Amino acid sequence: MTQKNDLTSVTAGARSRSSRLSGKVRAALTELGFSAFAITLALVISALLMITLGYDVGLAYQSMFRGAFGSLRGVSQTLLRATPLLFTGFAVAIAFRAGLFNIGAEGQLYWGALACALVALTVEGLPKTIAVALPLLAAGLAGFLWGAVPGILKARTGAHEVITSIMLNSIAIFATTHITSRYFMAPGAVDQTERIVAAAVMPQIIPGTGLTAGIFLGIAMAALVAWFFGHTALGYDFQAVGRNVDAAEYGGVSSKRIQVLAMGFGGMMAGVAGGIVVLSLLNRFVANFSPGYGFTGIAVAVLGRGNPWGVVLAALLFGALDSGGMSMQLFARIPSDLTIVVQGLVIILVAAPAALRAMVRWRKPNKVEPVDVA
Amino acid sequence: MRAVELHDITKRFGTLAANKAVHLTVERGEVHSLLGENGAGKTTLMKILFGLYQADSGSIRVNERPVAIRRPDDAITLGIGMVHQHFMLVPRLTVTENVIAGSEVARHGFLDMATAVEDIAKLAERYRLRVAPRARVENISVGQQQRVEILKALYRKADLLILDEPTAVLTPQETDDLFEIIRRLKGDGKTVIFITHKLRETMAISDRVTVLRDGAVVDTLYTAETGPAELARRMVGRDVLLRVERPPSEIGKPLLEVCDLSVASRYGTAVESVSFAVHAGEILGIAGVEGNGQLELEEAILGLRKTPSGTIKVRSLELGSGPDARRSVGMAHIPSDRLRRGVVPDFSVAWNLILGSQWRRPFSRRGALLRNEIADYARRVVSQYGIRCESIEAPVGSLSGGNQQKLVVARELSRDPDVVIACQPTRGVDVGAIEYIHNQLLAMRAAGKAVLLISAELDEVRALSDRILVMYEGKIVAERKSDAGESELGLLMAGHRAEAG
Amino acid sequence: MWLEILAVVFNLRTLNAAIRMSTPIALAAMGGAFSERAGVINIGLEGMLLVGAFAGAVGSYATGSALLGTLIGVAAGAATAAVFSIFTVEFRANHVVAGVGINILALGLTTWLMQVVWRTRGISPAVARVQSIRVPLISSIPVIGEVIGVQSPFVFVMIALIVGGWILLFRTPLGLRIRMTGEHPEAADTVGINVRFIKHFSVILGGALCGFGGAYLSIGNIGRFSMGMSAGRGFMGLAANIFGQWNPIGGLGASMLFSYADAVQIRLQTMEIALPHQIIQMIPYLLTIVILAGGVVKSRPPAALGNHYRSGGDA
Repeated sequence: MTQKNDLTSVTAGARSRSSRLSGKVRAALTELGFSAFAITLALVISALLMITLGYDVGLAYQSMFRGAFGSLRGVSQTLLRATPLLFTGFAVAIAFRAGLFNIGAEGQLYWGALACALVALTVEGLPKTIAVALPLLAAGLAGFLWGAVPGILKARTGAHEVITSIMLNSIAIFATTHITSRYFMAPGAVDQTERIVAAAVMPQIIPGTGLTAGIFLGIAMAALVAWFFGHTALGYDFQAVGRNVDAAEYGGVSSKRIQVLAMGFGGMMAGVAGGIVVLSLLNRFVANFSPGYGFTGIAVAVLGRGNPWGVVLAALLFGALDSGGMSMQLFARIPSDLTIVVQGLVIILVAAPAALRAMVRWRKPNKVEPVDVA
Repeated sequence: MRAVELHDITKRFGTLAANKAVHLTVERGEVHSLLGENGAGKTTLMKILFGLYQADSGSIRVNERPVAIRRPDDAITLGIGMVHQHFMLVPRLTVTENVIAGSEVARHGFLDMATAVEDIAKLAERYRLRVAPRARVENISVGQQQRVEILKALYRKADLLILDEPTAVLTPQETDDLFEIIRRLKGDGKTVIFITHKLRETMAISDRVTVLRDGAVVDTLYTAETGPAELARRMVGRDVLLRVERPPSEIGKPLLEVCDLSVASRYGTAVESVSFAVHAGEILGIAGVEGNGQLELEEAILGLRKTPSGTIKVRSLELGSGPDARRSVGMAHIPSDRLRRGVVPDFSVAWNLILGSQWRRPFSRRGALLRNEIADYARRVVSQYGIRCESIEAPVGSLSGGNQQKLVVARELSRDPDVVIACQPTRGVDVGAIEYIHNQLLAMRAAGKAVLLISAELDEVRALSDRILVMYEGKIVAERKSDAGESELGLLMAGHRAEAG
Repeated sequence: MWLEILAVVFNLRTLNAAIRMSTPIALAAMGGAFSERAGVINIGLEGMLLVGAFAGAVGSYATGSALLGTLIGVAAGAATAAVFSIFTVEFRANHVVAGVGINILALGLTTWLMQVVWRTRGISPAVARVQSIRVPLISSIPVIGEVIGVQSPFVFVMIALIVGGWILLFRTPLGLRIRMTGEHPEAADTVGINVRFIKHFSVILGGALCGFGGAYLSIGNIGRFSMGMSAGRGFMGLAANIFGQWNPIGGLGASMLFSYADAVQIRLQTMEIALPHQIIQMIPYLLTIVILAGGVVKSRPPAALGNHYRSGGDA
């Protein structure tokens, strides 16, 4: 549905900057409202579920909110848990923009984490900045290479990136486990590497809370991603391929090259996510460590509508759900896994704009079709 | 007895009226041609009759009884069958499976393929529709696939067959076979509606013909009482002839040379050893009914399609591969399918204006987009070319078709090219924009550029071109001066070579 | 050592284990086959298996009857699929996103509810389970008896379902309509086939099959539910479906191949012969990628897979 705007013809920037900005803000708010509605609906459904099973919904959500935001420790936990999700969210969102579905963030994350840990075992004696940066670079590189594989397969053979990514996820988990247990296993029964050197441990922002500088990296990355898509020719090419392949090809863009790069960049983000988990949380590589960061990244990207700042908000929300869930379990005696239910509901609801529109008869002021991939 | 009466049918898609108060009466047992250019509303009308679309207003009578056709099964029940231009066949399934799906023969709940194969063989025998029932559709020829489509309709006991551009994909020999089949169907008492834009075929097969133009019926005539010249005039004639001033210009040296160009397609050769040159200060028009190789020619010149043979030179330099090489030597291109290729609807006006130049100065430096330069440029172009948009940040999808096309024209011409390839440049745009675009092309000519105009709009080609080439079935069949008569060109476009002399 | 490995590979008990282990995978593969033959990409098989396993266990726990538990598992799998098909077909949700959502939702819901029901997050208490049966005549036949003479009834039902599913898909009018819908929904529409009904039916049938496969995991085997017990078998089913060329019998073959490799590996582990088992576990996934990339045989998914179709030109 396109609207004609012939009547409000504007030439040569006659419109003031402020009114144009307000248009953008309005569009962003509509997007925000859309996501907020999905979240609210998911919380309502979860509430109904709790009522059915005889729980105190008020207490549940109250303790959840307090746990996530009510104290310095709570806020730190929220931010800490949001950090890897930020990066896996970018991993999916970047590929989205080029019209690809990176469902392989989970596997890319594992390779990133392993590469990061192996490098972080060897950076003894280097200055802190370099000792942290080198392992993260390794994580990004490993993620890039693994992520590029489905892109190459798609460009070369047309194999659907969704299916190959799923297969590559399983392969990555088995392979990293195998490599760890066979070559780098620390003494003990758990498949894990030795502890990384102290210099490579991500510095804590507020001592005692566990919150590390990783969150700043995430925010900086959001700015970088926003810059990439708004201010670079390559970012332009990505989005041209994602929005209209034929026009992109006509504009001289090689869509195959973009497919490989988009999956590679996405993989790089997921790899860094794994690296950050190793440097700030685990301090070693542990086989099978991920509670599904990569899959939650899909939810984060979809909820954030593929927009880097939207991803930040969505990651914070999921971080809050995570840390709030703990407190809910403690105070309201409701198992914290309910937050996973909320996540699942959010992702299904956001995937189906038509469903939301059917529920509130929504007259859209602007074209806010959500990211429709594939 | 009237097989079908369509009364006052109107159908809109958004703001576009595909059918405007159409009346159509088809007698039982006749072959009735529905003649018109692409986009005249022929297919839409028949999809309404077949239940694939719902009319906004109007009524339908079948066999002189009022009916409501909401879905294809309603039409099938009424004895209507339709052979679509793009075949509704599943390549992986067999002929028999394709024919029976939806009307299967079952025994104890299982498919009774033996009986089905036998039934189909009998049916095929009766109408001499030679086809192997057990073959997979992907392994048989296009002509045979069409027979399968006809069998599908007959298997469902259709009395009325709608054939949508049935000859578009057929070789001349296959076309003759199809006409034989149609005659046999008629002999058996069936009614046939034959959608086409080809005059020769209309004359050859139909009893009556209804001419559609711009969604409305122009006339219904007995084929025996009319001729190709009259039909051509009614089909392509415009109520308002477009007027443009075309002052004499100085023809210079050739800037674009196409030599012995051939392009392969799924159905054989789409473009067959085409050669021409466009000179500085000249507009060369290529006229032709759509689907005669223009799209393939366009894509080959643009570098989006591999060519089995031939060369393309700009300023006597042979071109490298890909669209970027074309831009580098000063070729501009207005693509025929604007929404598919010309713009990215979700991108802003400013971003669409730099498509193809996003890596070039002054819009980017070392890969970073120079936002201020882009915005300045966009504002300048928007004002200079009078593109009506809310702002340069507005998505192009929100612009009207005319303004989208103006944007494409502005983008391409503002790069100061030497060679302009303009393909269907005024399709789907309003009168104001048409005039504007025509003047822009003439301005390029006046500035000593070479313009190649590929258009199915005969008026447009005649009004703008210094020379006119007529393309038919992938070949250049004639060259005429700009003063060539409309009916002569119309006949040539419809493949009437002999009569045109 | 090589002799011992060969002895395991060519052992009828390994084959017996492989058939047993392939049960949920083959059922998920067939679920995927129906769904995708109708044009709906189904990433949610994993979640549907998990829901089936959980609901089967809860049903068995609540009613004390493994049979009722199984039926409840099947119903729950179908219900999960119904949610998925309503969102994908009616609300035109992106199939992949919705499928991922179903998986996350299933994991969250089952993990949460198991704590509500059993107050444990690891493994449930024992519930009534379906015992293996010894088939009177077959079990006394030398070779075959050893392979399928003593098996869970689930295995026999699975084989019957696979054969039945193949017949339904390739030998009945409904199956022809399903195949046409996934290949060319517009063509199906023009011959009067109800495309929406076909898609809902196929997806929900696929969910029921997953529910049955899930019920096997919990009450057909160990008689307990454990957190996330589908453990990637839905994804394996997805792979087996592609490997088996969207054909239930092909899917069973692929599942058996995958399970055979796994069974060999597990038996060797118990014999303390340390093959790198993770590498063996990778095989199904690697094979699927090779197949998809056109390495061995040309894979050919239904032509309209993942598309949304609306009849009537009112899209």
